[in-house]
Amino acid sequence: MRFHRVLVATLVEIFASIGRRGLRFFPLLILRLGRGSLLLFRILAGLPRACLRPGLVVKQIHGLGVLSLPIIAVSGVFVGMVLGLQGYINLVDYGATAQLGALVALALVREMGPVISALLYAGRAGSALTAEIGLMKATEQLASMEMMAVDPFQRVLAPRFLAGLIAMPLLACIFTALGILGGWYIAVWQLGVDSGSFWSQMQASVQFVDDVVDGVLIKSLVFGFVANWIAVFEGYDCLPTSEGISRATTRTVVNTSLTVLALDFVLTALMFGGN
Amino acid sequence: MSGSRKLEFTVGLFVAIALLAFFVLAMRVSDMSGLAEGDSYTVQARFQNVGGLYVRAPVTMAGVRVGRVSAIELDPDTFEAVVSMALDRRYPLPTDTSASILTAGIVGEQYIGLEPGGMDEYLNEGSEIVLTQSALVLERLIGRFLTSLNE
Repeated sequence: MRFHRVLVATLVEIFASIGRRGLRFFPLLILRLGRGSLLLFRILAGLPRACLRPGLVVKQIHGLGVLSLPIIAVSGVFVGMVLGLQGYINLVDYGATAQLGALVALALVREMGPVISALLYAGRAGSALTAEIGLMKATEQLASMEMMAVDPFQRVLAPRFLAGLIAMPLLACIFTALGILGGWYIAVWQLGVDSGSFWSQMQASVQFVDDVVDGVLIKSLVFGFVANWIAVFEGYDCLPTSEGISRATTRTVVNTSLTVLALDFVLTALMFGGN
Repeated sequence: MSGSRKLEFTVGLFVAIALLAFFVLAMRVSDMSGLAEGDSYTVQARFQNVGGLYVRAPVTMAGVRVGRVSAIELDPDTFEAVVSMALDRRYPLPTDTSASILTAGIVGEQYIGLEPGGMDEYLNEGSEIVLTQSALVLERLIGRFLTSLNE
């Protein structure tokens, strides 16, 4: 009986602590969302001025896009090769290996291309973006810019955001195209699928507007917007200490990955769920 | 090359590679180079049953693809399926062309096969193919076979 009472008391205490934590956490979440939205508005307001200085944007495209190219390219080829191999193993039982091209292309164009390149981008470029801005904040570079009447939103945040927004669809296109070439290499050169049927089945089932534009371009634009917003926000919002920067970098990767995956479901339901 | 020129060059190269990748996606992966919307005309056909026919299924004549299914709707008055097909302008078809829904292989996808007629007038935008043959529905076929066995 006594044991029973202790058990109930412990359970109540556990639930209460979860509730307390939730109560503390929830206003923080709303607060961060509000700060993030304000930051987004200030970045968007700084975008026209950033466009007037294309040199800054080009430099950031180099940092965020060009330097992400090796990891995007290599992952794209390998993802395509795995898709080709797995698809072949599953289709060969039904004698339907001619459909392999359609399978690889649709999987890459609709889902894998934009999603995986966004995840890689978050790990490779988003984290760097957060760390850079966080360190600028910690070493009071942003504050000193304001002292010199230079708006850090126009000079630092907006060019980076814009560059990331431009780089993301480009990276997704490269990832997808290389993935399809990787799948083609495995299917045609290694497994002996007919090259003609590989391409013609692909062309018969992939639509330009519905799959390529909606799948690769629109999705990666949305992902690029979210990934760069989170990266810039976490950097700007971090605690200006070494620990704060490390936490902010982790949060960038985690939050971007979760948001991209959740948004991907929503976008897929909107684009391809209708039929 | 100076530092900023080199930077600009690599970024330019990056954008060029990405555009090339997009071009590959447009021309090689999807069917941009195939049937464009502009040079096609739409004809309609009524079927009792379209089976598993879907929008964008191929329309062929003598095994050659001449267009694709653009819409499938149900006529609320006659309860027939109205199938719209976008056909290539390069192939003018006689007005008494007949359309039937066929299946590629045993479990393959369904498509529309056209058989040419002998009239010297041609189908054009909005005209209707009158001679049609519905899809073979396997369950119905088996049912008919079983009832014929009983008799």
